[in-house]
Amino acid sequence: MQIIIGGLLVIGALLGLIMAGKGDDSVMRLHGSFILIASLGGIFALIKSAYDNKEKPAQETGYMDTVIKYGLIASVFWGVVGFLAGDFIAWQLAFPALNFDLPWTNFGRVRPLHTSAVIFAFGGNVLIATSFFVVQRTCRARLAGGVAPWFVFWGYNLFIVIAATGYLLGVTQSREYAEPEWYADLLLTVVWVVYLLVFMGTLAKRKEPHIYVANWFYLAFIVTIAMLHIVNNLAIPISLTSSKSYSLFAGVQDALTQWWYGHNAVGFFLTAGFLGIMYYFIPKRAERPVYSYRLSIIHFWALIFLYIWAGPHHLHYTALPDWAQTLGMTFSVMLWMPSWGGMINGLMTLSGAWDKLRTDPVLRMLVVSVAFYGMSTFEGPLMAIKAVNSLSHYTDWTVGHVHSGALGWVGFVSFGAIYYMAPILFGRKQLYSLKLVSLHFWTATIGIVLYITAMWVSGILQGLMWRAYDSLGFLQYSFAETVEAMHPFYVIRATGGVLFLFGALVMAYNIWRTARGDVRAEAGVPAPAAG
Amino acid sequence: MSAADNKPQTHPSDPETTGHEWDGIKEFNNPLPRWWLWTFYATIIWSIGYWILMPAWPFLGDDYSKGLLGYSQRQELADELAAAEAARSEMNAKLVKADLSKIEDDPQLLEYAMAGGRSAFGVNCAQCHGSVGQGAPGYPNLQDNDWLWGGTLEDISTTIHVGIRSTHEDTRSGDMPAFGLDETLNKEEIAAVADYVLSLSGNGSGNEKGAEIFAENCAACHGDDAKGNQEVGAPNLTDNIWLYGGDRATVIETITKGRGGVMPSWEGKLDEATIRQLAVYVHTLGGGE
Repeated sequence: MQIIIGGLLVIGALLGLIMAGKGDDSVMRLHGSFILIASLGGIFALIKSAYDNKEKPAQETGYMDTVIKYGLIASVFWGVVGFLAGDFIAWQLAFPALNFDLPWTNFGRVRPLHTSAVIFAFGGNVLIATSFFVVQRTCRARLAGGVAPWFVFWGYNLFIVIAATGYLLGVTQSREYAEPEWYADLLLTVVWVVYLLVFMGTLAKRKEPHIYVANWFYLAFIVTIAMLHIVNNLAIPISLTSSKSYSLFAGVQDALTQWWYGHNAVGFFLTAGFLGIMYYFIPKRAERPVYSYRLSIIHFWALIFLYIWAGPHHLHYTALPDWAQTLGMTFSVMLWMPSWGGMINGLMTLSGAWDKLRTDPVLRMLVVSVAFYGMSTFEGPLMAIKAVNSLSHYTDWTVGHVHSGALGWVGFVSFGAIYYMAPILFGRKQLYSLKLVSLHFWTATIGIVLYITAMWVSGILQGLMWRAYDSLGFLQYSFAETVEAMHPFYVIRATGGVLFLFGALVMAYNIWRTARGDVRAEAGVPAPAAG
Repeated sequence: MSAADNKPQTHPSDPETTGHEWDGIKEFNNPLPRWWLWTFYATIIWSIGYWILMPAWPFLGDDYSKGLLGYSQRQELADELAAAEAARSEMNAKLVKADLSKIEDDPQLLEYAMAGGRSAFGVNCAQCHGSVGQGAPGYPNLQDNDWLWGGTLEDISTTIHVGIRSTHEDTRSGDMPAFGLDETLNKEEIAAVADYVLSLSGNGSGNEKGAEIFAENCAACHGDDAKGNQEVGAPNLTDNIWLYGGDRATVIETITKGRGGVMPSWEGKLDEATIRQLAVYVHTLGGGE
C-alpha cells in the first residue's frame, strides 16, 4: 500500500506542477501549487517514515488513533468556520449591505462556502474520524493500508481547501452541494476510493465474527457517495488546463441528476453515515445494549432501498414528468418509518438508562440529536407530499427543515461523538469540563429552536403571500413585499445562528483544554467514565 | 482501552440479546415494534393506491402508466389559468372596450384597473422602476411628474406597448450621442457645457463657452430653452431631476459616453387589458399629464 500511495503522490506532484505551470487561469495555477505542495509534503513524510522505520521497526500494534485525533481537530476547526460562514450569510440576508459589494464576500460565493464547509469539511471529517474510530474498535483490528488513512485525511482536507478557495475566487460548476470543478472532483474520487479500500480492508481483517451495524451504515455511506459523486460530476472540461467544465447532462435530465445526487447526499452522507455514529456512540455512552437487532437490519435495508428514489420530490411542479414526481413523493412517504427505525433504536437504547441524561450532558446531546432526527425525518416526507410542497417549495420552510436536521441531528450527534472521543484520543481521563458541555448544549439548543421556528413562520408566511389573490383576482403581493415581510425572521434566524456558533466556540475551547490535560474543578459533577 | 471497559450493562429483567458483542456493545433481540411495522405497511399500501390513481411508472419507450384519475400537471395548470382568466374576463373586456381617457372617470373600472395595475407592476416593472415606482439611477422615477416620452394615458400606454430602444419595430428611440468618445467635443468643451447644463437648474454659474456649445450641439434635441423634447425622449435639463445623477462627474460622463437606456416592449408579453391597467396605475402614481 505504501508503494501505491507513493505512486499517487508522485502523480499528484506531477499533475500539480503541470496545473501550476500551464493552467489557463490563475485559480487553476493556484490550485496546482496547492496540489504540488501537498504531494511533495506527502512524499517527504513517506520517505522520512521509511527512513525512521529502518532505524527502529514501526510499531504496528494497537489502534491507529493519531490520524483520528487529526480528524477530530479538523472537524472542530471546520465546524467553527462553517458555522461562522453560515451566520455571516444569514446576516447578509437580513442586511444586504453586508455583501460589501465585493465579489469574494458576495452571498453567492459565501453560501456554497458555508454549505460545503459544514457538510463536507465538518461533517466529512467527523465521518472519516468516527468511522476510523468505530471500525477499529468493533472489528478489534488496526486500520488497514499502512499510511493510507493519512492519505485519506490529508487528501480529503486538500480537496476541502481547493473547493473553498475556488468558491471565493469564483470557480464553481454551479451544481448545488457539488460546486467544486472537475479537477477537484477527480482528486476527491481518488481519495474516496482509498477511503473505501481502507474501510473494507479493516472489515476484512476483523477479529469479530460479525460486522457491527454501525459499520453497515458507514459502508453504505462510503459506497453510495462514491457512486453519486462520480455520476453527478460527469463533465467535460473546456480544456485540460482550464478550471471550467460543462456537464454531460442538460435540461430536466440534468436537474434530476442533480437532485438524485443532492437528496442522496442528505440520505447517505448526512443520514446513513451519521446513523453509523449513533449506533456506536449512544450504546457506548448509555452503557446499554442496542434496543433491537431486527429493527436495525430491517430499517437499514429499507432505508438504503427507498432513499435512492426520493430525489424527484425536489422537482415537484417543474418540467419533470408527472410519473417521476409521483415516484419521488411516494418513496419519500414510504421512507418515513425506515428513517424512524433509527430513531427508535437510538431512543429505546436509553430505556433503563434515562437517569443518565440528568448527569451526562454528552449523552443528552446524543439523545437530543436523535430527537431532532426523528422530527426532521417526519417533516421531510410531509414536505414531499405535493399538496404541502406547493406551499413549502422555494420558501424558508425548506431552509428551516434542512437546518433542524443539520444543526439538531448532524451537529449534535457529531458534538456528542467529539466529546466522547476527545479524552480517549488525547489520552486524558476525562473532558476538561462537563459544565461547558452543558453550556454548549443549552446555547446551541436555544439557537436551533430560534432558527427553525423563525423559518417555519417565515416560510409559511412567504408561501401564503406568494399565492394570495385579492378579491378582484389579482396577485396580492409583489415579490419585494414578501422579501420585506421576511426581515424580522431573518434577524431572529441569524441570532439563533450566533448562539449555535457560540456553542461551537465553547466546544473548541473545551477540547483544547482537554487536549492539554486540564480538568476544571466542578462541584456536583460526578467523575464520568472517560468513554 | 479494552472491550471490558465501559461495557453496556444488562439487567436481570432485560430481554435476551443476540449473543454478539462488539467493543462491549450488545444487541437485544427485541421484535419490530408493531406500530412501526403497521405504519410502514400503511405507507406502502397508500403508495400503491396512489400509483394506481396517478401517473406513476415509466414503460419502455416514451410511455408511462397514466393512472385512473387521468391527472396531468399541465392540464391542472391550464385549468387554473383558464379559471383565473374567466374570473377576470368580464371586467377585462370592459376595460379594453372603454375609451382609454375615460377609464379614470368610471369608479368601478378605475378600482379594477388600479388593483390589476398594482399587481402587474409588482411582477413586471418593480425590478427596474422600484417597488412603488420610485426609480433608480438609469430607471425613471414614475412618482414625479417629469416624463421623458410623455405622461398622458395615451403616451404611457404607447411606451409600455412599444418600449424604448427595444426590439419592437415601432419602438420609441432617441439618441444621446457620446460626444467624448465620438470626439465631437474635447474634454474642456465637455466640462464647459456640463457646467452650463448644471447652471440651468441652479447648480453653479454658467459660462459663455458652455452656452455656445450647448446651442450648437444640444439644443437640437433638448431645445433652446433646454426644457427637453418628448418627441425624441430628450429630458428637461432645467428641473433638477436627473435620470443618471446630477453631480458634475456624472453629467460629464453622460456627455462623454452618451446614454441609451432600454425598456422592453410588453406587447405580446402582456395582454391589452393588463397594459391598460398598468397605464392607469402609472398615470395615477405621480400626477400624469
